[in-house]
Amino acid sequence: MVVFQYDKSFEGLLCAVFEAYDKKKYPESLISQEQIVPLLTREVFAIETQTEKFLRVLTLLKNKMSVMELNRLNAVWLSEIENSDFLLFQYIKYAIDSKFEHSANFGHPVVLEIHKIAKKVSKEVHAWQQFVRFQKSKDEIYFAPVHPVYNSLPLVIPHFKDRFSSQQWILYDLKRNYGFYYDLSEVHPMVLEGSGEHLRTGFVDEEMLHPDEKLFQELWKKYHTSVSIKERINLKLQKQYMPKRYWKFLTEKQ
Amino acid sequence: MVNENLINKLATLSESAKYDVSCSSSGVTRKSKSGDIGSASGWGICHSYTEDGRCVSLLKVLLTNYCIYDCAYCINRKSNDIKRAAFSVKELVNLTLEFYKRNYIEGLFLSSGIIKNPDHTMERMVRVIKELRTIHRYNGYIHMKSIPGASKELVYQAGLYADRLSVNIEIPSEKNLKYLAPEKDHASVFTPMKYIQNGVTEYKEERKKSKSVSKFTPAGQSTQMIIGATNETDQDILRVSSVLYLQSSMRRVYYSGFIPVNPGDTRLPAIRQAPLVRENRLYQADWLMRFYQFSSEEILDDVNPNLDLEIDPKLSWALRHPEYFPVDINICDYHLLLRVPGIGVKSAKLILASRRFGLLDTYQLKKIGVSMKRAKFFMVCRDYRGLNVNSSSPEYIRSLLVKKTPRSVASNQMSLLFSE
Ligand code: SF4
Repeated sequence: MVVFQYDKSFEGLLCAVFEAYDKKKYPESLISQEQIVPLLTREVFAIETQTEKFLRVLTLLKNKMSVMELNRLNAVWLSEIENSDFLLFQYIKYAIDSKFEHSANFGHPVVLEIHKIAKKVSKEVHAWQQFVRFQKSKDEIYFAPVHPVYNSLPLVIPHFKDRFSSQQWILYDLKRNYGFYYDLSEVHPMVLEGSGEHLRTGFVDEEMLHPDEKLFQELWKKYHTSVSIKERINLKLQKQYMPKRYWKFLTEKQ
Repeated sequence: MVNENLINKLATLSESAKYDVSCSSSGVTRKSKSGDIGSASGWGICHSYTEDGRCVSLLKVLLTNYCIYDCAYCINRKSNDIKRAAFSVKELVNLTLEFYKRNYIEGLFLSSGIIKNPDHTMERMVRVIKELRTIHRYNGYIHMKSIPGASKELVYQAGLYADRLSVNIEIPSEKNLKYLAPEKDHASVFTPMKYIQNGVTEYKEERKKSKSVSKFTPAGQSTQMIIGATNETDQDILRVSSVLYLQSSMRRVYYSGFIPVNPGDTRLPAIRQAPLVRENRLYQADWLMRFYQFSSEEILDDVNPNLDLEIDPKLSWALRHPEYFPVDINICDYHLLLRVPGIGVKSAKLILASRRFGLLDTYQLKKIGVSMKRAKFFMVCRDYRGLNVNSSSPEYIRSLLVKKTPRSVASNQMSLLFSE
């Protein structure tokens, strides 16, 4: 078995593609540098991540693929599903080798799997557009916690940047402990330091909240209960559209 | 204390508005300009769901639930002894913005009881949406109800700031409308509808000459009819809808199963459960008119003035017209493909595209998304030529297709899809 060892970055993955074609050696497994080499390994190649090689493969892909397809690959990368990196490797190889239109060939198991994973991720992206709830802080920053299954936060950002361009906000992934801060002109990746309550619970500490915040939360809760039509209660339907796992930070469900 | 007051107000004024079923915030896409508040995304986003499973996308409230009219079907009518409240323009503007900025909502759905007279009411409503758009540079979605009887000028004003306007018919026939809502008639509803239509037409004309004309209700208009409060048949109802859809700006007719909010009123039927199945069938019939090239006369006629509650209206039509079947999937035209139960718009298009490359068989049809369980009684294809509605009898086919225990129909108004 041929095994590639790389740094588990996206840049590294594309360098692995470069090396594979360069050496005419195609891996059957991709592992990280720390991982133990599997038992039946014949050859191990340590892949070095080099910007130049990464860019060459990237340019090739950009020529070969539509924006939609590239976004799909990005989503699969961010899914963090086990072995999705190897799946991407196989897909890219198939795309490079194929003379025909490849991206919609659902008869190919790798193509099908890529579509399936990308769909799961994009579903989650949509869910965050729906279910993010901002809490306004004293210093007029709107803070919202998320806890995505996939690492989908980066894909959610463009929507929020477009929609909330007149207010400062932070969207924060509590599971992966990083987030994005929008400062009224640009979005910056960030890591919150310290041990603030909000990093544990997702809810901004009382003394840091804007004096109006509690009021608007109360108003929203009130609104939410008063618009439901008692004659037609259907909790199953509600859960079907709004899965329980998103309720954790929903203001109206506190 | 001030806060308590606002919370109670919101409770009262959203409670009173919830019976308007339209909730959609779709139909416009507007990217935000930097510094503006908000954007609108084509399909609309549901931000939450109520306990009855409906999408919460807009802040749906009344400016006030005081009303000088006395419509029998309405919780806010003058003669009801209920809590009354009114928002100030500023309060409502603020509430919309604060909710919007927290990602609670896509926008505002503004309606109102009538204070003093229609124009006075409209004028205040227009002030809310004008302030949102001009002073606060708010870009989110706005749906405003036009008050029956409002003047042309105010309807035009509203159209400049709202994405969608609606005027509710409520009761399908004028006779019953007058009986239940003595202050209203059909003219008071159809006239503002016409103003909106004219506004849209004029905008399109102007737009040809200059790119800088301001938009007029980019998401068009909608209306609502209450189902089951009066004795109109489904045929009557669909006739009204089909006439309404002749106006190009009419995007949606909503059907709202009657909920007896004023149990003491003897002019109205005493029912326990809103007629959900009927409501759902009407949505399906409406869907047939808009996307399946059916006319209202085809869906229902004098012999069958009401929709079959056991089966969907398309299947019902097919069973009444065995003479059209079986159709040959590989040669029949699009129009007829759409009429085959079990074939939806999407699969009909796919069939057209794929059959150019060869004759389709059942395996391929299934792959395309055709529900063969239903379709097989109405069609033939390369490898299938079985029992059909014409060679057998409609009664027999019906008995095969009606499920023993009727599936409970979701109360959600969006569940209008046929099993394709
Ligand atoms: S005019 Fe509107 S708010 Fe007033 S009673 Fe009639 S339906 Fe209700």
